[in-house]
Amino acid sequence: MLDILLPILLFSALALAVIGAVRRVRLWRQGRPSPVPVIKGLMQVPRRYLVDLHHIVDRDKYISRTHVATAGGFVLAALLAIVVHGFGLDSAILAWVLLAATVSMFVGALFVAKRRNPPPSRLSKGPWMRLPKSLMAFSVGMFMVTLPTAGVLPADAGGWLIALVLAAVVTWGLGEMFFGMTWGGPMKHAFAGALHLAFHRRPERFSSPHNASAARSSGLKALDLDNPDTPLGVEKPADFTWNQLLGFDACVQCGRCEAMCPAFAAGQPLNPKKLIQDMIVGMRNSTDADYYGSPYPGKPIGEHGGSPNGPIVPREGRALVDAETLWSCTTCRACVEECPMMIEHVDAIVDMRRFLTLEHGNTPNKGAEVLDNLIATDNPGGFDPDSRLNWAADLNLPLMADKGEADVLLWLGDGVFDMRNQRTLRALVKVLRAAEVDFAVLGNEERDSGDVARRLGDEATFQTLARRNIRAMSQYRFSRIVTCDPHSFHVLKNEYGELGTAEMPSDYEVYHHSTYINELVKAGSLTFKEWKGGSVTYHDPCYLGRYNGEYEAPRDVLRALGIEVQEMARSGYRSRCCGGGGGAPITDIPGKQRIPDMRMGDVRETGAETVAVGCPQCTAMLEGVVEPRADIKDIAELVADALVAGSSAEKGASNKEASQTQRNVEEVTS
Amino acid sequence: MPLDAQSSNAAGLNVAVLVSIGRHPLTARTRRADQDARAVEMALSLKGASVNLMHAGQHDSDHEEAIRGYLGMGIEEVRLLEQMPEADVVPVLTDALRASSPQLVLTGTRAETGEGSGILPYLLAEALGWPVINGLAAVEKVEKGVATVLQALPRGKRRRLRVRLPAIATVDTSAPSARQSAFGPARRGEFDVQPHASEADAALTQWQIQPARKRPKRLKVIKSSSARDRFKAAAAKSDGGGGQLLNDVTPEQGAEAIFKLLREEGVLR
Ligand code: SF4
Ligand code: SF4
Repeated sequence: MLDILLPILLFSALALAVIGAVRRVRLWRQGRPSPVPVIKGLMQVPRRYLVDLHHIVDRDKYISRTHVATAGGFVLAALLAIVVHGFGLDSAILAWVLLAATVSMFVGALFVAKRRNPPPSRLSKGPWMRLPKSLMAFSVGMFMVTLPTAGVLPADAGGWLIALVLAAVVTWGLGEMFFGMTWGGPMKHAFAGALHLAFHRRPERFSSPHNASAARSSGLKALDLDNPDTPLGVEKPADFTWNQLLGFDACVQCGRCEAMCPAFAAGQPLNPKKLIQDMIVGMRNSTDADYYGSPYPGKPIGEHGGSPNGPIVPREGRALVDAETLWSCTTCRACVEECPMMIEHVDAIVDMRRFLTLEHGNTPNKGAEVLDNLIATDNPGGFDPDSRLNWAADLNLPLMADKGEADVLLWLGDGVFDMRNQRTLRALVKVLRAAEVDFAVLGNEERDSGDVARRLGDEATFQTLARRNIRAMSQYRFSRIVTCDPHSFHVLKNEYGELGTAEMPSDYEVYHHSTYINELVKAGSLTFKEWKGGSVTYHDPCYLGRYNGEYEAPRDVLRALGIEVQEMARSGYRSRCCGGGGGAPITDIPGKQRIPDMRMGDVRETGAETVAVGCPQCTAMLEGVVEPRADIKDIAELVADALVAGSSAEKGASNKEASQTQRNVEEVTS
Repeated sequence: MPLDAQSSNAAGLNVAVLVSIGRHPLTARTRRADQDARAVEMALSLKGASVNLMHAGQHDSDHEEAIRGYLGMGIEEVRLLEQMPEADVVPVLTDALRASSPQLVLTGTRAETGEGSGILPYLLAEALGWPVINGLAAVEKVEKGVATVLQALPRGKRRRLRVRLPAIATVDTSAPSARQSAFGPARRGEFDVQPHASEADAALTQWQIQPARKRPKRLKVIKSSSARDRFKAAAAKSDGGGGQLLNDVTPEQGAEAIFKLLREEGVLR
């Protein structure tokens, strides 16, 4: 009887899966068009899956092995089942392989079950709790029905009753694995995930070395503001591009993003996992009542819902997502770095913020004021733009306007208006002078890089600032830009490129000061005293680390100073944000605790007396934590303090004119 | 039309807002003028009112940029009464207001560019024969052609006034601050450009305009060895003025004094 029943079951499950797939694709196609290479993309799926993506999944060894056993077993079992049971190919060898595959899947399923017993809070419950059982049903069912084919049991073993029970188990398994895959069950992640890999919006993430690092492609994509028909950001789910919607649909609700999100941990109303699920809720025209994971802190489940063409954040009242959820994000990209499905949360958040700022004019708290300042004075604080160099009145900084060219364009950033960061800048200038670097600054021609405007969703102001900076820089010749602000570093390096023109190209070679100092150290241009301070830990700035993959240079520099870095539990690509990115201190959404306090807690655990940083924003956030706490020192300050004054200053004195010598002497005392 | 208690009953009210070109105090870049933007905000907060923006001036890119700042507050169209530079805009505005006959005209107390004398609303009121209120802080209700408004007086005092419409009202910084100007509506907003004959302002052409400079203030040098005293002296408010210092009084007496003051100031009644 099973001989007849099995092919029917298999093919009807497959047929239903195909129908479901068509319906699912139609859901995604509600999004805006976005051209992709279809065939090429599909061809790359195996490699992107097996190599790139595996790097990320493998960060959690337990689930990575479990997944290999389960998914590998399932794919093989499913294919063989179609051949062996569907088409009735009577091959004992294939049957044995099929048996092996189901065993592997079964073992995997046991581990899936174990992980969910009890489920950690980051995992979703609901239908996800039945998944391990469904996996077992499929593997056990397939195993049993294959035994006769493999010749282990006679074809009619067990009689009608057993056959019926088996058929039921197989139906359950097939239902979850084939039908559920395209009709929205937990297995949907496999179907949507594979296509998401094929049509990922940032294909650069799959280049060599194949580790799918989120730092490989981190620049936000520009809006075409010259075209009056360009929608200004995302108002409704259907405003996302179709492959963004597809990406959201690939989420397996593993909650890795949730576990890493600083805003979630601080009790702010944001959970990246739920945000992605909410986008699917909107795409499917439903409510969040059938979401079984952690909520946005402080916001009960079941109150929000939306539709593909309804607003995500309405001007008044409630819809899919509340505005403060979007404004809680620090754009730290911890979620993106962690997501095994390579979903791009930050792109989505900024897309939605763009609409709120550009169309609603509703940037919360200090947002509007900061944007107005950026428009009127080119800096967020509203300071006189002609006073950019006041802090350096005694330093006699060489101006590009005077020199016309230099090896290094020193990008100072808005830290020039901040007394704390002026100390860092002074230290950096001292280091550059000690290494006799040929550098110059733009002075009053420099403007805010546009980072904050862009993260606050004000693409228009970002592009204006960026274009004016590009024009200013185009007048001069330099071979690289060095900056001690990772935010400027990131935009100059990754986001200005799109805005250049043929006459004014804007592809720069940009260095964070830690990278540049590291090169100076390697070239032997700097000599250091012995390190006598206490123990030191290092805080990776998000915009240097996760955005640009620079984890080593700052550590190398610290090592060269003779410092042995006491790493925090969360460091490198898992570094916890200081809370200062993405305009979060400006929009200032309240939570239960402050992100910098949590980060200082991480520092405290290492017992370090000093925390080395590489970002003015991190400095400000961490120094805002009440004492007692570790000292905060920028890498430039640590390097400047350790400089052996004699060696290069003397060199400078011997071959430079008098004024230069004098300046060097002055600096040492400063 | 059903209205809830808080919203000012302004259904069907026709409000004209006169807007000018602003100028940032530090960078001198053109922008929406702060007080005029507050006037627009006030008009937009009147539920059900129809808001018409009017600007008399030149039609060029720099000005357009600034005017779009007002449109970005969510307004679809601005009427631009085209004038020569340095023209006297009183006649053209008088004609335009007489023709469009709004019930309420709102504008900033003084412009950030040009003469900035703040006399324009008075000249218009005189020409039209309408009442003028300065320092408008809130419109409470509009009923049968009479508006009940709050006027801001110095030191946070408010005075409730009833005015017969049509009227002209100016707002200053005591009015609620203007909402954010958004790029999308600013870009979409339309200009209804109407060329008008200009009357040159003969007096103005004679003037020489230069940036204002803050007059230096004489510092009071406090000779004290304690940093705290020096700080207090530096931070002290210059005008002592009224007020009363109560020492060693019972809580009842203190409360009594506070109560009396609140009553005098009209906070309590
Ligand atoms: S970018 Fe950072 S703050 Fe924003 S959702 Fe992701 S993890 Fe949370
Ligand atoms: S978005 Fe990514 S990391 Fe977050 S739950 Fe979904 S799959 Fe996991």
